Amino acid sequence: MTPKTAIRAEAEALYAAIAATGAVPVEADLLLPAETLLDLYGEDIRARAYVTHDPVRGEMMLRPDFTVPVVQAHMAHGAEPARYCYMGEVFRQQYHLGPRQSEYVQVGYEVFDGTDPLAADAEVFALFADLLAPLGLRAATGDIGILRAMVQGLTTTERRKAALLRHLWRPKRFRALLDRFGGRAPLPESRVTLLAALGRGDDLAACITHTGLRSEGEIAERLLTLREDAAAAPIPAAEVVQLEQVLGLSDKCPAALARLSAIAADVPALGPAVQRLERRLAALAAKGVDVAGLDFEASYGRTTMEYYDGFVFGFYAAQQPDLPPIASGGRYDALTAVLGQGRSIPAVGGVIRPGMVARLKGVL
Amino acid sequence: MLKIGVPSKGRLMEKTFDWFGARGVTMRQSGAEREYAGIVEGVDDVELVMLSAGEIPRELSAGRIHLGVTGSDLVREKLADWNRQVTEAALLGFGHADLIIAVPTAWVDVDTLDDLDAVAAQFRRHHGHRLRIATKYHRLVREFLTDRGVADYSLVDSQGATEGTVKNLTAEAVADITSSGETLRANHLKILSDALIHSSQAVLFLSHQADWGPSARRGLAGLAATLGLPLQLVPTDGPHQV
Repeated sequence: MTPKTAIRAEAEALYAAIAATGAVPVEADLLLPAETLLDLYGEDIRARAYVTHDPVRGEMMLRPDFTVPVVQAHMAHGAEPARYCYMGEVFRQQYHLGPRQSEYVQVGYEVFDGTDPLAADAEVFALFADLLAPLGLRAATGDIGILRAMVQGLTTTERRKAALLRHLWRPKRFRALLDRFGGRAPLPESRVTLLAALGRGDDLAACITHTGLRSEGEIAERLLTLREDAAAAPIPAAEVVQLEQVLGLSDKCPAALARLSAIAADVPALGPAVQRLERRLAALAAKGVDVAGLDFEASYGRTTMEYYDGFVFGFYAAQQPDLPPIASGGRYDALTAVLGQGRSIPAVGGVIRPGMVARLKGVL
Repeated sequence: MLKIGVPSKGRLMEKTFDWFGARGVTMRQSGAEREYAGIVEGVDDVELVMLSAGEIPRELSAGRIHLGVTGSDLVREKLADWNRQVTEAALLGFGHADLIIAVPTAWVDVDTLDDLDAVAAQFRRHHGHRLRIATKYHRLVREFLTDRGVADYSLVDSQGATEGTVKNLTAEAVADITSSGETLRANHLKILSDALIHSSQAVLFLSHQADWGPSARRGLAGLAATLGLPLQLVPTDGPHQV
């Protein structure tokens, strides 16, 4: 068999196994309208999408991912609860030399079911764990909901919380903001000068020609924001330390849960998220997952999985840490809210890369 | 024969000829001034190839030239993992320019990347689309902004007159090469204080991919001796390991 034939065979076997659970097969176009999608995706997928021009339909992109078109198709034609499976190529530009493919096959499963979201989380993970069990992979799990709750629980302004939440997926900037808001990093010199000028009531816009789409009103609005922010008290040091402890938490699930429960005693806002984690672990155990041996990393998914906002997971070849994940997924309720323009559906799902499976099985 | 690619026109060509001339290697255009053929004297087994500076990175990558003079910005922008494909054999000390990010001077609230990022969020909220940065340096700008954790922007392509895009409302900011900053000021733009993406200059690059057969090596040895430079092949994972 040629590599593509072997991968296709692997994909079809995985697809059939998922369909056998009752999932409805769904197809997505290869050429998707670029404009709406470009705006939705995080920088990573966005920058790597192949965009082309169609004389009639305008900017189009080669499908970089199934999740968005599957959600769109469901919102247009489907009704909850629904379970879908799909299979096909996705296309991502690679910016580095090396073996990473710019075209590869994904097999996926998406669940839109709000009856018991934690059970749905467990259902997706357990299905993938079963399908991949022969490969002896290491599973990593995380929960963006825990991080969100920690940020929501900080004693600070709503604006600062929003800024931190926006950068959950960019650890470096998150850290810079946290240092600033926690009073550990000084304001940039230019900001100090600006605030002093504002304090004196200087007319900053005098003799400056306005240019561009960003209006004078927007500039004035931000100047006001900066003054308000300068007056805000720093986030208490103890809270910053607690947040860092959670960010650095990496342990087996039961120990991680115990640690988070202890922190939740101090941070009431964390309570509901910890209860959800506990109930999800119970749901996983009920599905036969070895929860005691399962890794939990609080920061898992922070760098690569921008549209996930709850449970996140990935499966890795323990012996070959440089390989991309064999499978990954998570909950993305917030993405459906953006796609549905207010109408949100509880959504969890994931993809498997049959090319990686074939490689690990040694059939490539 | 060792092929050396040099810029085929303008100040970059003149400065390149001057640089080699000062070191005993004479380069000149052959025949008419507009003919893109060159002659090199003072060293054996070396052939001069006149190319657009923008094409030289690709020619180096393809191995169609052994050496090439072009801007360090162009090589970093156009070649994936550039330092696995070419080696910087000599920094030539001219053609200095900085790749920077500039925003309207009227943005009195913006001086740093931190500000740009916050404004990008505000802009998206108000206008329903991402803050657009016009540039032709997509790879360098994206890598830089990704590394610094800036969000809610999008890059829009601009191959010329980039400074005009803000006034024309096709971008909110620009990322471009500047040496004096004059064009930026004339277009009511200012440079962010912490967004120097790359300090560019003309560089003599050596291709890993070229066919380094005996005559090319002789050419390289001759050039190295005449120029007084330690030009040598470096071990690579390319097909012609040394």
